[in-house]
Amino acid sequence: MSSELGVVLYFAVLNSGGLDNVGAVSTEVKRRLQEINVEDGVIRRVSIICFEAEMNLASYADRGGHLKVEVKPDRVEIFVEDDGPGIEDVEQAMTPGYSTAPLWIRELGFGAGLGLPNMEEKSDIFHIESEVGKGTRIHSVVFRRRDAA
Amino acid sequence: MQLREIMERLGLELVTKDVDIQGREVVWAYTSDLLSDVMANAQTGDLWCTIQRHLNIVAVAKLKELGGIVLANGIIPSEDVVAKAAQEDVPIFVSRFSLFELSGRLYELLRGESDS
Repeated sequence: MSSELGVVLYFAVLNSGGLDNVGAVSTEVKRRLQEINVEDGVIRRVSIICFEAEMNLASYADRGGHLKVEVKPDRVEIFVEDDGPGIEDVEQAMTPGYSTAPLWIRELGFGAGLGLPNMEEKSDIFHIESEVGKGTRIHSVVFRRRDAA
Repeated sequence: MQLREIMERLGLELVTKDVDIQGREVVWAYTSDLLSDVMANAQTGDLWCTIQRHLNIVAVAKLKELGGIVLANGIIPSEDVVAKAAQEDVPIFVSRFSLFELSGRLYELLRGESDS
């Protein structure tokens, strides 16, 4: 059992100009959550949320960003933060199918405009705030219910 | 159905020679080239049919705990993809069929199994 204080994991996601490493951080998050016996269904959802976050940071954030995962007795909280370029119209960005991805990203099967909607769908609580020129912050919560699928 | 039997009946080639597929079973499959779609909609254990060949497919298969990846159109993955898949224990197969034909044949095979 994990302690009542919970476990906090920090990761830096780099924007290296390519997407080869996307998935490395979320795979590590998954491994760590399995080690501390977080429920399978919760891990599945958190993995998807982290993967999409990682993808966004590596693709769009000029200097990459940070991912923090807090495991608490009743929930897993995910914080994603970057310092730019920001999203002009967040509501539009949350619409499935809307994307600003360049062709090279689309050709890899990313950038279909499903990332943020997926993150919201897999979250129990999802907040996103963004300011052009400053950056984007996301806070996602997944509750640790036994029936969480 | 056993992965090995699917491989034999569809004439798939296992390119991750170091991944032992003995005893592994697959119940259903998912066909898509959009990685976010696979992340959202594929089910745990599914065999994933795609023409995406880059490194990220291994991460997606691993994160979603998919049963394996089948590359259509005879697409051969690069050595770094095969090495990563071996490291993550994700079997990758190659099929000479197009995605449409591969999916159709796989559907027939797995549907027959789930009916019986």
